[in-house]
Amino acid sequence: MTAATHESAAPARSAAQPAPAPQARKVRGREERGLGASLALHGTLILATLIAAFPVAWIFFISLGPKDAWQQPGKVLDDFSLHNYTDVLSHSDLPKWFLNTVIVAGGTTALGVFLAATAGYAVSRMKFPGSRQLMWTFLVTQMFPSIVLIVPLYLLMSDLNLLDNYLGLILAYATTAVPFCAWMMKGYFDTIPKEIDEAGRVDGLTPFGTFWRLIVPLAKPGLAVTAFYSFLTAWGEVAYATQFMQSDHYTLAVGIRTFAQDQRPDWAWTSATAIIITIPAALVFMLVQRSLVSGLTAGGTKS
Amino acid sequence: MTTAASPGQTDKTARGEKSPRPARVSALRRSWEKHWYAWAMVTPVAVVIAVLVLYPLGYGIYQSLTDANESNVASTIGAFHRPATYRFVGLDNYWHVLSGADSDFYPRLVWTILWTVSCVALQVGLGMGLAVLLNREMRLRGFYRAMLILPWAVPSFIGVFAWRLMLNSQYGVFNEIITAFGLPEQNWLGTPMAQKIAVIMVNVWIGIPFNMVAVLGGLQSIPKELYEAAEMDGASPWQRFVNVTLPGLRPVTNTVILLGCIWTFNMFNVIYLLLGNNTTGDTDILVTFAFRKAFTGISDYAGAATYGIIILALLMAFSTFYRRSTLKSEQA
Repeated sequence: MTAATHESAAPARSAAQPAPAPQARKVRGREERGLGASLALHGTLILATLIAAFPVAWIFFISLGPKDAWQQPGKVLDDFSLHNYTDVLSHSDLPKWFLNTVIVAGGTTALGVFLAATAGYAVSRMKFPGSRQLMWTFLVTQMFPSIVLIVPLYLLMSDLNLLDNYLGLILAYATTAVPFCAWMMKGYFDTIPKEIDEAGRVDGLTPFGTFWRLIVPLAKPGLAVTAFYSFLTAWGEVAYATQFMQSDHYTLAVGIRTFAQDQRPDWAWTSATAIIITIPAALVFMLVQRSLVSGLTAGGTKS
Repeated sequence: MTTAASPGQTDKTARGEKSPRPARVSALRRSWEKHWYAWAMVTPVAVVIAVLVLYPLGYGIYQSLTDANESNVASTIGAFHRPATYRFVGLDNYWHVLSGADSDFYPRLVWTILWTVSCVALQVGLGMGLAVLLNREMRLRGFYRAMLILPWAVPSFIGVFAWRLMLNSQYGVFNEIITAFGLPEQNWLGTPMAQKIAVIMVNVWIGIPFNMVAVLGGLQSIPKELYEAAEMDGASPWQRFVNVTLPGLRPVTNTVILLGCIWTFNMFNVIYLLLGNNTTGDTDILVTFAFRKAFTGISDYAGAATYGIIILALLMAFSTFYRRSTLKSEQA
C-alpha cells in the first residue's frame, strides 16, 4: 500500500526550485527554497484554501444571522445568534429526519460490511472458479447509474409494499453498498501477508477459523473505514430517498429540500440544518479519509 | 493456494478414482471439495447481488422492451387492484431513442460528454497541481491539507446547497465577489449557458480533494532516487515533472480518471439539487434527464429504463476500452 501515511518521510522536492546554479551565487541546498518560491507556494495554497473553505464558511456565517440574512449578509454581524439552530431543532421535523437517516445509513452499513467481509476475503485469498466473474460484477455495479436500478426497484418495492419503509431503502442502498464494501475489503485483505493465513492453517484452523480469528482482527481498521464510508454514502444519497420515502420517513437529504424549495427557499433554516448535518459527517470523514483513498485506488490498480 | 486445499482432499480423490464414475462428475466433485469454503464465503454476496442487482437489472431490460408507464403498470389503490396492461414492443424504444426521433438523446449525450470531460480534466489537473504543491516540506502543511479536503468531507448535497445560496442571482455573494474582480455578473442559476458553467464549477469544487489526495499518495510512492538521478543528469524541474513524476503517477492517474469519468457521468446530486426545477432541461445530463422522465409528469418507466440501459452500455464500453488502452500503455 502506497498510502499517504508517511507524511514525515515525504521527500521535499520542489518543482519550483531552480536548477542548481553553476556560479558565484550562494549555493542553496536541495531542500531549501528561495523567498520568491516560498511566497508563490504559500500564496497559491492560501488562495486554494480560501476557495475550498469559503462556501462552507459562508453558509455557517449566514446560519448565525436573522431570517433575512441571506439577502443582507451585513445583518449577521449586528444580530448574531444561534436562534436558527434552536428554532430548527425544536420547530421542524429535523430530529425525526436525523433519526431516519441514522437508521437507514446504519442498516445499510451493517448489511454491507457483514455480507461483504467474507466475500472480500475469499476473493483476496482463494483462487476459485467464479472469483474473476465476481470481481468483475463488483466493478460493473460501481458503474451502474442510479437510474438503471431505480425504476425496477421502485416497481418491485411497490409490489412488495416496501416503499416508504426503512427496509426498502436499506435494500435499495445495498445494491451499491455490498459490492463497494466487498471491493474495498478485498483491497485491505490483500495488504495482510498471506503467511499469517498459512501459519493459522498449519496450526489447524479451518479457512473460516483463519478468517475469523486471525484476519478480521488484523483488518479492523480497514473494516472500520469501509463501514464509515458506506455510512457516509447512504447519509448523503438523494435520488432513491427522494422517490422512495414519504414525509414521515424523509432522510436528511430529502428533508432539507423542504426548506430549500425552488421558490422562496428558507435559507435561515436551510443553512442551520446544513451545518448540523455537516458536523458529524465531516468529523467522521476526517478520521477515516487517510485510509480511504488508498483503499479505493488499490482495488483499481491491482485487479 | 494453500488456504483453499481441504484436509481430506488426497484420500477422497483416491476413492473417487476407484469408483468408475464419468470423469466430468468426479471433476465437478473434486472442484467442489477443493473450493466449497470459498463458495460458502461468497454465497451471501452472490445471493444479494443476484436478488437486488441482477434481477432488477433483468426486469429493467425487460421494461425497456415494453411501453410501460404510470397509467398501465399494475397498481393497488386501497382495495382496488389494477392488473398491468402494458405491451411488449421489442426494440422500438431503443430505435426511438437512438435514431434521434425523441430529439432529446443526442443533445443530452453531447452535453453529458462535454460535462464529463471538462469536469474530469479540471478535477484531475487542479488536484494534481495542488498535490505537487503539498508534497514538500513546509510550514502549515497539515492545515492546508485539512482545509483543501473540506469540500469532500462535507456531504455533497450540503456543498451544493451552499453554492446555490452563493450563486443566487439577486442576493448571491458570488456575483459580488466576481464583480469586485471586474468580471460581469451572471444569472448563474437562470440562463442555460451560465447554468452549465455553474454546475461544472460546483462539481469541480467537490471533486478536487479526492484527486488531490489520491495523487499525493502516488507522489509519495515515487522513489526519491529517480529525482536525484534526473537532477544529476541536469534535468530541469519541468523535465523532472514530465519524465519522472508523470510516468510514476500513471497507475494512480489512470485509476482516478476512470473513476472520475464514471462518477461524473452518473453525477446526480449536483445538477438535480443545484438547479431544482428551475431548468429548461438544457443542463440535464442523461442521468438526470432519465430521472425526470421516470418520476415527473406521467412517469415513463419504459423510456427511463431504455435510457438507463443505454447509459450503462456506454459506460461499460468506455471502461473496457479505457482499461485496454491503459494496460497497453503501462506495458509499453
